[in-house]
Amino acid sequence: MNMQTTSRQTAAESALIEAFGAQVGELPGNGAVISARDRLVQDLKLNGLPTRRVEAWHYTDLKTLIRNIPAAEPVAVIAAPAVLVDGAPVIVTNQGIADDKVSVDGVLVASFATMLAEGTAAPGLSIIDRDDTIGKINGAFVRDGFVLEFPAGSVIDQPIEIQALHGAGQVHTRFPVSFGAGSKATVIERHMSVSQGEAFVSSVTDISLEDGADVTWIVLQQQGVSDTHLGQMRVRIGSNAKLRLYVINAGGRLVRQELRIDVAGEGSDLQIRGVNLLGGDTHTDVTLVLGHNVPNTTSTEIFRNVVFDRARGVFQGMIKVALDAQKTDARMACNTLLMSDEAEFSAKPELEIFADDVQCGHGATVADIDANHLYYLMARGVPRNKARAMLVNAFVAEIVEELEDEALVDALEAIISSWLEKHA
Amino acid sequence: MLEIKNLHARIAEDGTEIIRGLNLTVKAGEVAAIMGPNGSGKSTLSYILSGREDYEVTEGEILYNGESILDLDPAERASKGIFLAFQYPVEIPGVATMQFLKVAMNEQRKARGEPELTTPDFIRRVKEAAAELKINPDMLKRPLNVGFSGGEKKRAEILQMALLEPKLCVLDETDSGLDIDALKIVADGVNALRSPDRAVIVITHYQRLLDYIVPDTVHVLYKGQIIRTGDKSLALDLEANGYADIIGEAA
Ligand SMILES: Nc1ncnc2c1ncn2[C@@H]1O[C@H](COP(=O)(O)OP(=O)(O)OP(=O)(O)O)[C@@H](O)[C@H]1O
Ligand SMILES: [Mg+2]
Repeated sequence: MNMQTTSRQTAAESALIEAFGAQVGELPGNGAVISARDRLVQDLKLNGLPTRRVEAWHYTDLKTLIRNIPAAEPVAVIAAPAVLVDGAPVIVTNQGIADDKVSVDGVLVASFATMLAEGTAAPGLSIIDRDDTIGKINGAFVRDGFVLEFPAGSVIDQPIEIQALHGAGQVHTRFPVSFGAGSKATVIERHMSVSQGEAFVSSVTDISLEDGADVTWIVLQQQGVSDTHLGQMRVRIGSNAKLRLYVINAGGRLVRQELRIDVAGEGSDLQIRGVNLLGGDTHTDVTLVLGHNVPNTTSTEIFRNVVFDRARGVFQGMIKVALDAQKTDARMACNTLLMSDEAEFSAKPELEIFADDVQCGHGATVADIDANHLYYLMARGVPRNKARAMLVNAFVAEIVEELEDEALVDALEAIISSWLEKHA
Repeated sequence: MLEIKNLHARIAEDGTEIIRGLNLTVKAGEVAAIMGPNGSGKSTLSYILSGREDYEVTEGEILYNGESILDLDPAERASKGIFLAFQYPVEIPGVATMQFLKVAMNEQRKARGEPELTTPDFIRRVKEAAAELKINPDMLKRPLNVGFSGGEKKRAEILQMALLEPKLCVLDETDSGLDIDALKIVADGVNALRSPDRAVIVITHYQRLLDYIVPDTVHVLYKGQIIRTGDKSLALDLEANGYADIIGEAA
């Protein structure tokens, strides 16, 4: 019998390795950063992209789903979209490069490229575990992004919008953010394709909440129909801190959004809300790994998914409660509306509980639009498609309406309705 | 305005026939009352008029202004002016009442080729109509019918009717669940809509409503057929003597 000893690289894997070779000379970074990048690329070369045999990637076989890597394209002048909330501060990366003239009152803003050049970024280029493919790709290729520091006690009233904009090509950004003790802010991390053509995007956001910080973070993904978006949030929550984390997926062809969360301080509270609007021939995976690692913490996770056409959605939600994390209260729900016979959604909620005095629960449902509701709206003259859209909208709007900022709610609802109008 | 000829209809899911050869004519300007024992098919008839897809018409015709409406879906019928005030309005969480009203009014206008309402115009209309019906404006800030009391739901139905200005109004037991004052307010609302180019079908069990909304014709529906038609005195007769005699004669 003929044993095969080396697995063959796919076209996309070779392209990725070659792209690194072509770009390494111009990627920012000191020696420590360059050797970190090298290690990550060696790892990618050796292990390749993950297949369904890797449990963390079981529903998203990157090896087959990433068919090719588009050629890198230079930065071009692009038209930025309107800011979500009128008059709110906005900071922009274009094709992965931070606009160096930005500033936000009350916040320290720097470019990530500077951190790479100085080498302070090197420790953060590490991976979380061996299946952290997003960490590997992003760490190897990242060029820029923003470093944000919210001073202790600072209160920023208006939501800050990070616009990560790009056209076709390769885009790798990173956003390390620290919220000082007692600070309060809302940040929108908005990924958006502003032109035609295929883009390959990776982005890692690394946020830490010091004691008593009160933060709303919204990841709004509006990539183009042929884009690959590999996103990762690394989150650490300190004592008595509060994080409301919204993940809204409304674009992309192949999307993986990972949420790696460490609830690390007692008395903290985490609310995760997810809206996945899926249509066309797309694949979207939201994978949550949430660790309740200290006593007396609470979290709720609610995901609402709407799946049209031949779209496929995945939610993997793992809640781990550590041995001494007594009095943890964690609730997870994942509700899906399947809008076509070919639409698919796989939900895999998991609990791994080592403490004995905890309240944990999860539920996953798949439903259709309520026929009585549809009939009622139609009986008032609302055409079928519009009535369906209103009901689907209601299903996800409920989630967004929990946000305090009304202008932000309106803006997000407008994005949701216009997406639904295009797909229903 | 409305001509129903030898209508047969069944429940789509299990094929049970509910409407069994029903004939009914309602002229423009007319108020017709439909009465009949529980389970005789009154609500089913109203659903079929509105185009609910749970029922299948197997025979007969429904002509509205001379044209068959059987091939039209509920939204198309509504924009042609058919309105059903439900016996049991559903609650729809997540759909804001005001937004719903605006969409419904404008979609109907669009379907008829009329210009959409401006927001100030829309708000003014809702405020006026709500005030006439003594509806608390705070109620309209809630999701559609969610948490409304039984009587509030019925009033909200009449509010929708007033705003949508339909040509054929079907009121399915709008009087049930209303207190005396509300009954009077709702009846005034319906009477205000009476006009030579509009017809109203009032489904009710009680003479009381018909004291306020005086019908031109009264029809008795039993086992899916109209078994007796008369004028307003027929309702008084039923109130006094019940259905037994009429059912006996029809059998
Ligand atoms: N979707 C359905 N599934 C099962 N049975 C139905 C359905 N719709 C109607 N029916 C049956 O058809 C009959 C007529 O019902 P309908 O609601 O039309 O009566 P009604 O005259 O309005 O009665 P009421 O005066 O109590 O309101 C009843 O026996 C009812 O149970
Ligand atoms: Mg009834």
